[in-house]
Amino acid sequence: MNAQPARPTPMEEFLEGIWRQNPVFVMVLGMCPVMAVTVSAVNALAMGLATTFVLTGSALLVSLLRGWVPREVRIATYIVIIASFVTVVDYLIQALSLTLYTALGAFIQLIVVNCIILGRAEAHASKNPPLPAVLNALGMGLGFAIGLLALGSVREVLGAGRLFGLALFGADFQPWGVMVQPPGGFFVLGGWLLLFNWLKKRQGRLQAERGTAHG
Amino acid sequence: MNALPTSSLAMVRTLGLVAAICGALVVTAYQGTLASVEANRRLALEHAVFQTIPGAVHMRAFVATPAGIVPAEGAPAAAGERFYAAYDAGGRLLGIAAEAAAFGYAGEVRVLYAYDPAREAITGLTVVAHKETPGIGDKVIHDAAFQANFRALDARLNAARTALANPIRVVRHGTKRAPWEIDAIAGATVTSRAVGKAVNASAQRLLPLLAQHIEALRQAGGENGP
Repeated sequence: MNAQPARPTPMEEFLEGIWRQNPVFVMVLGMCPVMAVTVSAVNALAMGLATTFVLTGSALLVSLLRGWVPREVRIATYIVIIASFVTVVDYLIQALSLTLYTALGAFIQLIVVNCIILGRAEAHASKNPPLPAVLNALGMGLGFAIGLLALGSVREVLGAGRLFGLALFGADFQPWGVMVQPPGGFFVLGGWLLLFNWLKKRQGRLQAERGTAHG
Repeated sequence: MNALPTSSLAMVRTLGLVAAICGALVVTAYQGTLASVEANRRLALEHAVFQTIPGAVHMRAFVATPAGIVPAEGAPAAAGERFYAAYDAGGRLLGIAAEAAAFGYAGEVRVLYAYDPAREAITGLTVVAHKETPGIGDKVIHDAAFQANFRALDARLNAARTALANPIRVVRHGTKRAPWEIDAIAGATVTSRAVGKAVNASAQRLLPLLAQHIEALRQAGGENGP
């Protein structure tokens, strides 16, 4: 193994958040929106994309300003930047659809305190040039969106018998109500974590069996 | 504290610069989306009014003041009570809708209620905006038993026509006796109360102002077709 980790390629930077460090399935960050808005696939996807926008925008700005921000005021600076992008996305969603805006409720504003975003600003964007910072943020955001969508679609199918608002089963379908209630969020997240960890373990085992092909 | 303290100037400069960039960003987004946000709001309001008053196909916004009723276009925003008169295709007055708001469990609950002047009753209620807990407080939107409270909620005025004869009030789940009482949703009492409080406050202000002018509103339907 290398003593000094090589600089990740743009592709690795982008894929980091989607697979290896997925915010929902691996880092288990930002659980508040994960639980709260994933009662339907549309809400989950919208929340994921809104978070991606905020994550990417703030990563770009934090990265551009990284040489200028004294350590003492860095948290204040990041929070102002993140809050501004959240306000922007808030207006954009209102302009797009008031129904969606109402459905997401306070959770749009609460993106400000989503720990993935401040975490990425602090741990990645403030230490990297704009391109890797944006790619990493984009990957993290999409990874988060995929995570939300995974929960949202399962919960909508089981809890309401619909997917993206389309009825899947006949009129006889008895919705599994608990799945769209808060406990259902934990059940479904638990199921996904189980699956994700099993896949990762299996992947690790396969790689070990194949020998150390990757340095 | 630090070995090499950052100069205050550098901190102020950075924070000032960031605030300026972010300020520009927020203002640009606000200005850029304002037109569509307002168009969306107008459409949503129209949709909510038509949903609250079945059969309505066009509506006019008015402001009720102690001096009389004036069309809302051009009237100063704070001049009086805003309401919407809803008409059917033939220009017949179907009812009046007004917005009401009160604080619920997690924030403001805004509702739109329909008032039928012929029956002197509240005949419908739609929740326009809320921040209540999903699965608990938001039951007020769809809960059939709660919505049934607003099919014919008594809103008669007193003899002097200065206030409601019986204030609208929310009672504990299962204890509704009078036609002016609202049966709260069990487990969502705070939100139910907010809805009742909002409707009562708005009706107490608006309905006495309206009482004299129902005929004028009936006439207004013919003035502009759909």
